[in-house]
Amino acid sequence: MAKVKGSIVVDIERCKGCELCPPVCPTNVLSMSKELNAKGFHYVYMENPDNCTGCNNCALVCPDACITVYRKKLV
Amino acid sequence: MSQQTENNDIVKEENLVFKKTNVLLDKVMHYCPGCGHGTAHRLIAEVIEEMDIQSECIGITPVGCSVLMYNYLDIDMQEAAHGRAPALATAIKRLQPEKFVFTYQGDGDLAAIGTAETIHAANRGENFTIFFINNGIYGMTGGQMAPTTLPNMKSSTSPYGRDVKMMGNPLKMTELVAQLPGSYYVTRQAVHTPAAVRKAKKAIRKAIENQKLEKGLSLVEIVSNCNSGWKMTPLQSNKWMEENMFPFYELGDLKVDGGMAK
Amino acid sequence: MKKELKLMKGNEAIGEAAIRAGADAYFGYPITPQSEILEYLMAEKPHERTGMVVLQAESEVAAINMVYGGAACGRKIITSSSSPGISLKQEGLSYIAGSELPCLVVNVVRGGPGLGTIQPSQSDYFQACKGGGHGDYRLIVLAPSSVQEMYDFVKLGFDLAFKYRNPAMILTDGALGQMMEKVWLEEQQPRMNEFPEWATTGKKPGKERTVVTSLDLDSAMQEKFNQKLQEKYRELEAKEVRYEAIDCDDAEYLLVAYGTSSRICQKSVQLAREKGIKLGLLRPITLYPFPKKEIGEMCGRLKGILSVEMSAGQMVEDVRLSVDGKVKVDHFGRMGGIIPSAEEIVNALEQKIIGG
Repeated sequence: MAKVKGSIVVDIERCKGCELCPPVCPTNVLSMSKELNAKGFHYVYMENPDNCTGCNNCALVCPDACITVYRKKLV
Repeated sequence: MSQQTENNDIVKEENLVFKKTNVLLDKVMHYCPGCGHGTAHRLIAEVIEEMDIQSECIGITPVGCSVLMYNYLDIDMQEAAHGRAPALATAIKRLQPEKFVFTYQGDGDLAAIGTAETIHAANRGENFTIFFINNGIYGMTGGQMAPTTLPNMKSSTSPYGRDVKMMGNPLKMTELVAQLPGSYYVTRQAVHTPAAVRKAKKAIRKAIENQKLEKGLSLVEIVSNCNSGWKMTPLQSNKWMEENMFPFYELGDLKVDGGMAK
Repeated sequence: MKKELKLMKGNEAIGEAAIRAGADAYFGYPITPQSEILEYLMAEKPHERTGMVVLQAESEVAAINMVYGGAACGRKIITSSSSPGISLKQEGLSYIAGSELPCLVVNVVRGGPGLGTIQPSQSDYFQACKGGGHGDYRLIVLAPSSVQEMYDFVKLGFDLAFKYRNPAMILTDGALGQMMEKVWLEEQQPRMNEFPEWATTGKKPGKERTVVTSLDLDSAMQEKFNQKLQEKYRELEAKEVRYEAIDCDDAEYLLVAYGTSSRICQKSVQLAREKGIKLGLLRPITLYPFPKKEIGEMCGRLKGILSVEMSAGQMVEDVRLSVDGKVKVDHFGRMGGIIPSAEEIVNALEQKIIGG
């Protein structure tokens, strides 16, 4: 298995807390924050960042294009 | 703009896998949380960027939830009267055949008030693309019954469920359009899972690329959720959509390259 | 300029004028008494002559929305219909006016209401001159009274529509549409190859995108936009009034009439003068903007005005507003597709104005 490590950056103020992305994450990285953004939404964040593979699933289903995805091959 | 920054060794330009396309403007969309419109907008914007046709696109927005789509896409756009987008697109494409022209219409717009414009544009074989978002409800006006509302489905104007004897049957416009000789590519997609999004994007790209062939109308229906109108959470609405909408509005290609797919 | 003389129907003259004015497209739907416009255009193959698009739409509603789409691309677009079809176009016209787009609409009026009759009438004056659709807007309304003017006003209509970015209408009737007269034709004008900056022709790299819409949910912005429209209409009223005054210099009585009625009224003026009545005729050429000031200035030396229109009396309201109570004003007209005779008009003048 190729070793990859990923990460996402969430545009917190764009996130509407719809909760569509956590269930599509194959490695259970994502959770909804306890804190609210300026619009009053619980935004998504990486609760288990070490598990992220940068698979892009979360960004694909995000209706508000608030997730940027990065992936790096580990040598 | 506040951003979450973790894994700083990974979050670098050379490791970028996905970011919001610049064809989608920075403005936060007015849609309810979890609404499929946003995903559909993004996919169209991504295809425009990937095809490098931002300067050659003219989009037409409908009346309904996506009336303000022109605020989100960085391309030339026109706002049509309710249901009339295919008439506008007919003129725009005939006057500027070298441009890529698309309409973006909801179920009320396309399948009720705009039925004639849709059918006749398809039947004339107009060489533009229709994106048809079907969530079985009038979202913008507050959840009234749509032409595509399922039998027994509740809405604010069918509060006890759609009684087909009294209110008529849901209309499968995509099947109708596929029957017409003027349509070239007709497909039904969804945008609620990563796999569905990948397929939908391919369909959107094909539907736009087809304009180069000048062989007739391409229509991509996207069966989508309306969690506010359906009075569910976004996750519940997607599940409800899979269980109720998909059996009636079956996903997949109906017509490819001018030939019936099934 | 080299000119060509031809015997043409009014409707055919509209079609030929559209091609020669360099129109980019015509979208229409058949309805009597104006179907010859679409028929003529189809027979002339303008796509070969100039590249002009001609399309028979599925309805008047679709046709006006094709006009809307084409107009937003900065093109010269024309459509035509007759009264019931023009009613169907009102939604589209409101959007076109609300998006500040130019276009030309021809209404070859027939009698109404409803399906009415296919005979000529002038009973669409209110609809044409007071807005017609929803919202505070106006059309620029031109009223030809000859086949030559049917031809000439196509170019004039396009010029005014583009100058003011507002839909223009040629308000004519079944008599003028079907009538044959000689017409001087202008040389072919080339179609535009450069388009205004407000046109949706694709976002230019490094430039802002173009959005054509009539929607603004911010009330303050919407009011501001409406004020801008109103300023445009005030400018039209100040600069674009057109009319013809016939035998008005020594007139004690005045007929006000446009289009087909004004042709009959010319004979009425002659008949009245033979009887010793000093009668003149004012023929508004622009119905909006209406020659309000001109009639107002003239009325000081008049004993009475008869507004003549093939209707129950629509334009007469504007005539009354123009004279502001200073002189007696009444209406005479026939309805249902009947054209009044010159004698009937003189009789009406004598009974309603002179003797009344």
